[in-house]
Amino acid sequence: MIAVRFQVVAFSAAFALCIAVAGPALAQKKYDSGASDTEVRIGNIMPYSGPASAYAVIGKTEEAYFNKVNAEGGINGRKVNFISYDDGYSPPKTVEQARKLVESDNVLLIFGSLGTSTNGAIRKYMNEKKVPQLFVASGASKWNDPKQYPWTMGWQPSYASEARIYAKYLMKEKPDGKIGVLYQNDDFGKDYLKGLKDGLGAKASMIVMEDGYDTWEPAIDEHVVKLKASGADIFISITTPKFAAQAIKKAAEINWHPVHIISNVSASVGGVLEPAGLEISQGILSASYTKDGSDPQWNADDGMKKFYNFLAQYAPKANKLDAGVVFGYAAAQTMVKVLQMCGDDLTRDNVMKQAASLKDFEPDTLLPGIKINTAADNFAPIEQLQMMRFKGKKWELFGDIISSDLGH
Amino acid sequence: MSAVEEVVTEAPAVEAVPKRAMTLGTGTSLLVLAALIIMPIFVKNFIIFQMTMLLIYGLAVLALNILTGGSGQFSLGQSAFYAVGAYTTAVLMEHFEVNYALTLPIAGIVCFGFGFLFGQPALRLSGVYLALATFALATAMPQLLKLNFLEHWTGGVQGLVVTKPDAPFGLKMSQDMWLYYFSLVVVIGIYLLAVNLLRSRSGRAFMAIRDNEIAASAMGVDVALYKTLAFGVSAAITGIAGSLGAIAVQFVAPDSYTITLAVSLFLGMVVGGVGWLPGSIVGAAFIIFVPNIAEGISKGLSGAVFGVLLFLVIYLVPHGARQVAILGQQLAGKLRKN
Repeated sequence: MIAVRFQVVAFSAAFALCIAVAGPALAQKKYDSGASDTEVRIGNIMPYSGPASAYAVIGKTEEAYFNKVNAEGGINGRKVNFISYDDGYSPPKTVEQARKLVESDNVLLIFGSLGTSTNGAIRKYMNEKKVPQLFVASGASKWNDPKQYPWTMGWQPSYASEARIYAKYLMKEKPDGKIGVLYQNDDFGKDYLKGLKDGLGAKASMIVMEDGYDTWEPAIDEHVVKLKASGADIFISITTPKFAAQAIKKAAEINWHPVHIISNVSASVGGVLEPAGLEISQGILSASYTKDGSDPQWNADDGMKKFYNFLAQYAPKANKLDAGVVFGYAAAQTMVKVLQMCGDDLTRDNVMKQAASLKDFEPDTLLPGIKINTAADNFAPIEQLQMMRFKGKKWELFGDIISSDLGH
Repeated sequence: MSAVEEVVTEAPAVEAVPKRAMTLGTGTSLLVLAALIIMPIFVKNFIIFQMTMLLIYGLAVLALNILTGGSGQFSLGQSAFYAVGAYTTAVLMEHFEVNYALTLPIAGIVCFGFGFLFGQPALRLSGVYLALATFALATAMPQLLKLNFLEHWTGGVQGLVVTKPDAPFGLKMSQDMWLYYFSLVVVIGIYLLAVNLLRSRSGRAFMAIRDNEIAASAMGVDVALYKTLAFGVSAAITGIAGSLGAIAVQFVAPDSYTITLAVSLFLGMVVGGVGWLPGSIVGAAFIIFVPNIAEGISKGLSGAVFGVLLFLVIYLVPHGARQVAILGQQLAGKLRKN
C-alpha cells in the first residue's frame, strides 16, 4: 500500500512539475516543424539551371539577405536556415523538391518560389499539407485566391493589376482614345487583357482592336500594321522583351505615333529600348513598383543606401542593374517582416495569419509610397504602381502612385 | 549501288546485344523484386514518391530501350509520347471523371496509334536523321499543347491539376504508397511483356533489323512493318509511363514535357546500358538522383557538375550499368571457382 501511494504521489508531483515547466512555455512559444528556439527553416525553389536560370539571381539575393539578417542576430533571436533547391523550371521537379523541403527537410514554409506553372504544380499539395506557400514569384493573378487556396500568397503586382493601372491612366488622360491591344497569346497576355478590360469597365468599348500573337511567330510586323489600320491612337503592347522591341521598331517604320504603353515585363532599357532604338522610344509609357538600381536619382535615398550597403557587404558580385536583385531584396525583406510579426508563435497557422495582416509595409527597394497591404480576403501584397515615361536614356516617373483597386 | 554500299559498310550504330544478355537471371530478378516490394514500408512518403518517379522514368527508359536497343532506331522525341500519355490521363480524369486505372490502357492505345503513325514517315530516315525528325516532334509538342482550340481541354499554359487516387478497398495505406505499388505492378507487367516481346518472333525481327537491315529483309522480315511496330510499342509504353507520371505528380503542363525530358530519357538509356532492359531502372536513378547530387556539390554550377559526372560514367563504363553488372558477374564467378 505504501509503495502504491508513494507511486501516486510521485506521479502527481512529476505531473505538476511538468505543467509548471511546460505551462508558461506553452503560453509563449509555439512551434510547428521547421521552427525552434534557435532556428527557422525556410524552403525555396529556383530555376538555377534550365531556360529560366536568369531569374536565379533572385534566389541568390534572398539567400544573401538572410545571411545579413543572421549576421545581425537573426529574427527574434532565431537564425534563418534558407534551403533553396533547383527545379530547372520543370514542374515535375518542382513537386519533387517541394516534397523534399516539406517532408524531408521539415521546413516551416516555402517562400518565393519562381514561376507560374512550377508553382501551379505544387499549389494543391501545399494547401493539402497546410504548409504556407508564401510570396510566389510570379505575376499571375491566380495566387490571390484565399478562399480556395488559403495557404498560397503572391507578392508582386499581378499582370492584371498593372493593366488596370493603365486603364485608370487612360480613362483620365485620354477618355476619347481608341485603344489597339497587341497581346501575347498565353497566360501572361490573357491575364493582362482581362485586367485591362476590368479596369476600363463600362469604357471597355475604347478598345477598337485586340490582336494576339504567338511566341513562335518570328516577327509581329503584320499585327502592328493591322493595329494601325484599325485607327487606334493608343497602342498597348502586352509583349515580352523581344516582341516589344519589334513592335516599337515597326510602329516607327510605318510612321505610326500613338500613345505607346509597354508592359513592365519589357520595360528594360538595355534589353528592349536600346535594341529598338532610343530615339524612336522617346515618350513610351510604362509602370513600375521598384526603384531602378542604376538610376542616380536614388543615390541619396535612405532605402537604396541600405540596399547598396547590403550589396557591398553580402553580395559583392551581384549586378545592381539586374531587376532581380532589387526584387529579391524586397521580397526577402517582406518575409523577414512577417516572421518578426509572428513573434514566438511560429506555427504555420500564425505565419499565414501574419502574412495576411501586413499594414503599410515599405521595403527599401520599392518606390516611395508603394505600400504592402494584405488582409484575410486580400492575398495580393503589392497592388500599386507608378506611371513612367521614357525620356533621354532613362525612365522618368510621373504622377501619383496609382492603386489598382477598381473602386478609386 | 553506292547507296547500298554505304549502308552495308556503315558501322552499326547500336552494338548487337544477344537477347539472352538483355535480361537478368531469375535469382537476381526475384531479389530486386523483393527489395522493391519491401522498401516502402521503411521509408518516408517523400522517398516513396521518389521511388515511384524512379519506376515511372524507368518505364519510359525501358520503352526507349526497346526502340533503340531492340530495333536499332533512335528517338529524341520520347517526351512527346510521354506528354500525350500524361494529357490523355489528365483530361480523362478531370473532364470525364474516368477512373485513373482505366486511363492507362487508353493512354497506351492513343500513344500506340500516335507512334505508329509517326513511324510511317520516319521509316524513310535512319540514324541521326531519324533522331532529328523525332527531335522536331519533341520541340513542337509543348507548343501544340498550348494551342488555343485545345485550351478548353488542356488548360493551356496553366496546365491541369490531377487528383491523386486513394488506396481502394479501404486499405490503410497512404496515397503515395498505394500509387507506388500500383506503379510497381504496372511496371513489372510491362517489363515481363517487353522481355517476352524481345524473345518472340517479333523481337527477333527487331534485332535482325538492328543488326543488319538488308540481311533482315533478305530473310523475309517486313522491315517497314516491324520498324513502325517498334515505334508504336515504344510510344505506347512511354504513354503509360506519362499517365502514371501525371497521377504521381498531380499536375500536367506544357513546361513539364520539353526537350529536356527527351534528352534525359535518352541519357538514362545510355547510362543504363543500351539494349539491357534492367539497366533502365539504373538509368532512371541516374537522371533523378544525380542532378540532386550535383546540386549538393555546387548550386551555381550544378549543370557543369552533372556534366562532369556524366562524362566520368561514359568514360569509365561506356556500356553503362550493363558493363558493371557483367564485371560483377565475372567477379562472382571467379570467387565461386576459388
